[in-house]
Amino acid sequence: MTKYETVIGLEVHLQLATRTKAFCGCSTDFGARPNSQTCPVCLGFPGSLPVLNEEAFNFAVKVALALGCKIQDLIKFDRKNYYYPDLPKNFQISQYDMPLAYDGFIDITSSGQSKRIRIKRVHMEEDAGKLMHTPGYSLVDYNRSGMPLLEIVTEPDLSSHEEAYEYLTKLKAILRYLKVSDCDMEKGSLRCDANISIRPKGDTKLGVKVEVKNMNSFKNVRSALEYEARRQVSAMGSGEKIVQETRLWDADKEVSNSMRSKEEAEEYRYFPEPDLVPFVVDKRNIEIIKRGLPELPEARAARFTKEFAMSEYDAGVITSDIDLAEYFEESARLCKNIKAVANWIMGDIMAALKEKTVGIKDARIAPAGLAGLLTMIDSGAISGKMAKDVLLEAMDTGIDPKVIVEKRGLSQVNDRGEIEAVVKSVVAGNEKSVNDYKAGKTNALTFLVGQVMKSTKGKANPAIVNDILKKILEGGV
Amino acid sequence: MKSIDKKVVEKVAHLSRLELNEKELDQYCSQLALILSYIDKLNELDTSKTQPTTHALSTLKNVFRKDVPRKSISSDEALENAPAKDGGLFKVPPVIGSK
Amino acid sequence: MEKLYALTAHELISLKKSKAEIAGSVHDRIEAVEPRVKAFVRVNNTSSAEGGGVLSGIPVLVKDNICVSGEETTCSSRILDGFKPPYDATVVKKLKAAGAYLIGKSNMDEFAFGSSCETSCYGPTRNPWDLNRIPGGSSGGSAAAVAADETIMAIGSDTGGSIRQPAALCGVVGMKPTYGRVSRYGLIAFASSLDQIGPITKDVEDAALLLGIIAGYDEMDSTSVDMPVPDYKRSLVKDVKGLRVGVPKEYFIKGIDKDVEASVRKAIGVLKDLGAEIKDITLPHTEYAVATYYIVAPAEASSNLARFDGVQYGLRDKGARDIIDMYIKSRSEGFGNEAKRRILLGTYCLSTGYYDAYYLKAQKVRTKIREDFDRAFKDCDIIITPTSPTPAFKIGERMNDPLSMYLSDIFTIPANLAGLPAISVPCGLTAGALPIGLQIMAKPFDEETILRAAYTFEQSTEHHKLKPKL
Repeated sequence: MTKYETVIGLEVHLQLATRTKAFCGCSTDFGARPNSQTCPVCLGFPGSLPVLNEEAFNFAVKVALALGCKIQDLIKFDRKNYYYPDLPKNFQISQYDMPLAYDGFIDITSSGQSKRIRIKRVHMEEDAGKLMHTPGYSLVDYNRSGMPLLEIVTEPDLSSHEEAYEYLTKLKAILRYLKVSDCDMEKGSLRCDANISIRPKGDTKLGVKVEVKNMNSFKNVRSALEYEARRQVSAMGSGEKIVQETRLWDADKEVSNSMRSKEEAEEYRYFPEPDLVPFVVDKRNIEIIKRGLPELPEARAARFTKEFAMSEYDAGVITSDIDLAEYFEESARLCKNIKAVANWIMGDIMAALKEKTVGIKDARIAPAGLAGLLTMIDSGAISGKMAKDVLLEAMDTGIDPKVIVEKRGLSQVNDRGEIEAVVKSVVAGNEKSVNDYKAGKTNALTFLVGQVMKSTKGKANPAIVNDILKKILEGGV
Repeated sequence: MKSIDKKVVEKVAHLSRLELNEKELDQYCSQLALILSYIDKLNELDTSKTQPTTHALSTLKNVFRKDVPRKSISSDEALENAPAKDGGLFKVPPVIGSK
Repeated sequence: MEKLYALTAHELISLKKSKAEIAGSVHDRIEAVEPRVKAFVRVNNTSSAEGGGVLSGIPVLVKDNICVSGEETTCSSRILDGFKPPYDATVVKKLKAAGAYLIGKSNMDEFAFGSSCETSCYGPTRNPWDLNRIPGGSSGGSAAAVAADETIMAIGSDTGGSIRQPAALCGVVGMKPTYGRVSRYGLIAFASSLDQIGPITKDVEDAALLLGIIAGYDEMDSTSVDMPVPDYKRSLVKDVKGLRVGVPKEYFIKGIDKDVEASVRKAIGVLKDLGAEIKDITLPHTEYAVATYYIVAPAEASSNLARFDGVQYGLRDKGARDIIDMYIKSRSEGFGNEAKRRILLGTYCLSTGYYDAYYLKAQKVRTKIREDFDRAFKDCDIIITPTSPTPAFKIGERMNDPLSMYLSDIFTIPANLAGLPAISVPCGLTAGALPIGLQIMAKPFDEETILRAAYTFEQSTEHHKLKPKL
């Protein structure tokens, strides 16, 4: 593997979260009855004409600027001509030689170093409908036809499947911060295709590239590229020629298969779309939009390390998703113990979310609720262990932690007198363990503490229990 | 007189999803050759410093619509002219080899 | 007393004739002459429009490439057999709102590809002035119907002269507005950067009336212009004093019919006598207009017509074994020869290796043609030319010679390439009693000056009163 290096370029298609489609007023709501969100325009009926959605355009410009791109002086649309039943006009309104934006970048970390992945271009286009295949015939639903898409293309700067994964993660974080798309690969609002080739290490000429499609998650992209790189290296090794082709990833079998297509390279006959006029974003507006961009993940992470004295790693994790970052910040405002906030979010909360397969927005415990819970731990009102249970219950029921603690009477017992009485009782009833402890077996202490906790149904303040127990065992009350 | 390769016309026909029999192929070949010869007169002009006109109204720019929903047509209306349909979907012969 | 069907819209309106009377008269006329003229693909026999409006009850014939909701709209092509759009074109909405009686759909060259109305899948329309001759195209049905009094008014579409040339050949008025003046939403596209819908009428006053109704900004058409629509009736004054009239030498070439030239020169003389200032001008790139057009228009058409594939509407070959087979068989069966020829030509000009040499080159020459006009209009208010180099030719005469057919549009094409408004008004008959048309062009959005000049000329002559003997 070390004889060769891998060269990867990624093409991401992003569905913009506007209320209506790119060129008509049909709704973009997900999951509607087939062909119920269509009109003459997105059906491509004869005589229909496109009119560009201003919000889609604005979203696109925001993305371009957030990715550090230059905005084209004169933006135009072009027709990409090809025949397919999910394409009602048999051409797609897209952008060819004067796309919305170009020359951007995303920085990732590779082998501990910062690496710049250049973004070649960002352009707008319309989506096609959905084609479903059954034996004997195919069916078409045009609800998706005309949805606004943004295509983001990198230069072949990625050198490994891991880098590709990181690039996608960083890109998604930025896009979600901009609130221009929900970036959900399952729902199809984010799609990724890859171009991958290998070449002898140190070579500058690009090898034969293979296009890989049908990867429906970031993990699949990583696996597919890992597989493909290996396949190509192995092919080179055995003297096989690598064919320029498109391969589809099979996530179940974890292999890629060549698409056997009868068509030679399709000719798109691009020409400027005569039904749309050109678009200009003047320099002043670009500055205004730039200044109006929200704080992006990298900047936010940097601020978190300073403002909240967080480690770079923690800041990176927390800011990797905007919902998480906002949740954290809101909680941190309400609870002074930032370290605890970070730990609980990154630990117990994220673990629970993973199990429930939901995002932080569906955590059912508000930042104020979390802050309240952590404050209770710090003030000793509830033990840390108890708090973990309360958290899970809050996340299951949506009830505020304070209410749960009250209802279940889980308040920690901090009264030394109360605890002393229980300790004395446990000591009295566990002579063997007391002697074991005096003989030097420290486990015996743990056992005795456990007995006190059991007796108080876990509510005794463990620190106080330990303190009092030691004092009594060491002699004298 | 310009002549045009039959293979080229065949390729263009396929790009346009048209099939031509031998007679038609010959006929279109010669007719297109004639037309293209006539069109060649554009090469008499030096356009190296000229900008192309893609829109007759060269000053019209930034035509948008607001992101406000507009009533769609019903799925019945969408499918009314369909030569074949099935359960609210357009039905077509099988598509060989997915995209 | 003239029969109602022979009158103009403005006459019927001032005579306050009822919808029923007008409809009755026009339908009688259709019955009497339509078997010979064949201008209609569909006659609407249902009762006339409800509701009032400026055009209350006035029959208006719509070219069959303009969508009328729920009515068959086929562009005179088999591939759109049975297609009923679920929506109205914007101009149709406006006509309905004005109370017009949409009397039917008119025959045309298939997808507007033609200058003779002979490529229609329904067969050619006949010129009412000589039934063995073509009416012109592609709006041949609309022009013939107006000339034959089978409708009071009509609308057509003009991409390279398809309103003006048939109007000239049929002795009626036909106007192509400035590109962007009238909405294209609902016009089944031929060449998107050239198409415009416009009026075909018996006189200039009716043209002004109809234009005022159909013109205006449309939010459904990105290429429509948001400019107020003037009251075109105010242009209907006889006054050309001081009007600077450019006469381009490139439009008086060898090969135009002698009667056409004489008639047009006489018309220019009429305007001169009325106080217009006649100037000789040059539009040096005129000779390249047809070549430019026959790259740009077929290229755009080849893309616009790709949607006709049997998937959602129209003709589908039911025996196809897979989708590609279905595309190929449906399109090969459904399109006529001229349509195929233009699709092939257009696809060729856009394909790899040819795009720069053809499409890009043509768009650059288009700029030069527009610049010719920009320069000319610095010293002229209008430009006058013949509309067509010849009067109506015989049916079948040019069908085997596509290039000679394309050259029929030599005088009308430049206005489409430059986006200019232009009108054709009758200016006489040839020795063989065939109509001749006078073309008047003006600066973008200056329909008013065109109408004023046209009205002045018309009202100073009797040509518009001539009717074919049917």
